[in-house]
Amino acid sequence: MFDLFSEDYDILGAFWVTVQLTVLSAIGSLIWGTILVAMRVSPVPVMRAFGSGYVNIVRNTPLTVIIVACSLGLSTTLGWTLGGDDFDESGFRLAVLGFIAYTSTFVCESLRAGINTVPVGQAEAARALGFGFLQVLTLVVLPQAFRSVIAPLASVLIALTKNTTVAAAIGVAEAALLMKEMIENESDAIFLVTAIFALGFVILTLPTGLLLGWVAKKVAVKR
Amino acid sequence: MSAPSVLYDAPGPKARTRNAFYTVLFAIALLAALWWVISAMNDKNQLDWDKWSPYLAGTEAWTTYLLPGLQNTLIAAGLAMLMALPIGALFGIARLSDHWWIARPAGAIVEFFRAIPVLLMMFFANEAYALFTDIDRDIRPLYAVVTGLVIYNASVLAEVVRAGILSLPRGQTEAALAVGLRKGQLMSNVLLPQAVTAMLPAIVSQLVVIVKDTALGGALLGFGELINQARPAQSYYGGNAIATLIVIAVLFILINSLLSWFASWLERRLRRRKKGSGAVLGTDMIEEQAPGMHLTGRATGENTAGGL
Repeated sequence: MFDLFSEDYDILGAFWVTVQLTVLSAIGSLIWGTILVAMRVSPVPVMRAFGSGYVNIVRNTPLTVIIVACSLGLSTTLGWTLGGDDFDESGFRLAVLGFIAYTSTFVCESLRAGINTVPVGQAEAARALGFGFLQVLTLVVLPQAFRSVIAPLASVLIALTKNTTVAAAIGVAEAALLMKEMIENESDAIFLVTAIFALGFVILTLPTGLLLGWVAKKVAVKR
Repeated sequence: MSAPSVLYDAPGPKARTRNAFYTVLFAIALLAALWWVISAMNDKNQLDWDKWSPYLAGTEAWTTYLLPGLQNTLIAAGLAMLMALPIGALFGIARLSDHWWIARPAGAIVEFFRAIPVLLMMFFANEAYALFTDIDRDIRPLYAVVTGLVIYNASVLAEVVRAGILSLPRGQTEAALAVGLRKGQLMSNVLLPQAVTAMLPAIVSQLVVIVKDTALGGALLGFGELINQARPAQSYYGGNAIATLIVIAVLFILINSLLSWFASWLERRLRRRKKGSGAVLGTDMIEEQAPGMHLTGRATGENTAGGL
């Protein structure tokens, strides 16, 4: 048996990195996903083509390939470190970049489904008032769409939390990488080690699901 | 969406000029970004022909690295799907049981394994096989990857099966009970056959998720699938990382696009069909569902309900 909170293994620190990865990627992919969905429904054909092309290509690429490409391709080969001073810092930033690129496609698809739930009359009324495309989208349609996609977006957020483990592939010191190290060193306690990390992820994901499920019911547009 | 879109008016002369202006502006921005990437690649000699020729002009790179990798990817994904499906069906049906001592534990197991990352289960399986079994070192990563995928995807598919059964009209159950079928017969003769048809698109799109997740085993457990070949291949061909990664990504995108297209074709076909109950589980509902939330709300036709 090993000492759980010994100085050899910083379990809480590793999960803190997981949380940081999740939060930063979530914010980034929410922004980029919203921009993508605006492009996908815009009146400009080139933007529509770019939006749907990006989503179809990126969501069919394994996240692992994207993350490895960020490290091996962008960092090692092209020398882009995104302003990170050392290996750890640039690895973290590259991982966040990869997660944003990937997760935003799911945000975009959820939002597009949300736009489809807004009654046609809403947009028609907005146009009758003389609103342009961006006004219709940002003042009338998207606010209602966001309220109806809280639950799907929560699913995306939880999937993102679990997906941050992929960052272990490029050596970001988050929970899964620490688990790999611990499970190899403490081979007499693999059940305990697995249980600890599984519990950690349950603690991160389950309340998110319950809380956002409640919020989704609360803010749903009554029609 | 009606033509062209309810979000904006049919463009008049002024709007057409404005759209043309935005088109040009956006095209210039895209081209500038593309130029930036290409010149960065060119600076590091990533566009030289000898970096690309192993994949575009020769067969050696394909037979040594890519095709064996692709084969391993498909084997792992196929095995995982074949094993996850029956286990998932079992748990999905168990969750619908009338006996709480079957339904509750099944539900708890499904929710637990959906809440933890698939990678954790792969690490655990890898180490457990190393300690407790004498599976050969070479084949162990395949076992570990498939085990992890089966555990995770069985719990996802359990929810799909449950949603599929719940999506059937109540009349099916009532009619079957009225003619005197027992609960077991109701499930095996009436509900399950119809549910499987309704689930087909969702199952095929889950295959996309499985194919994508096999790459985890390659990057972290040394399982010899496609992405695992990236590092040896790029160092053998003189540091052509960009070319190698692009070729690997294109292979994955081709497989997954084909599967996605097949899934939505199945869904369209099943929705059109006059026979049967008309219940179909769409391909979009399966993506990464959250634990603690239920699929069933969006199971049938909700997102087609007369919106924008």
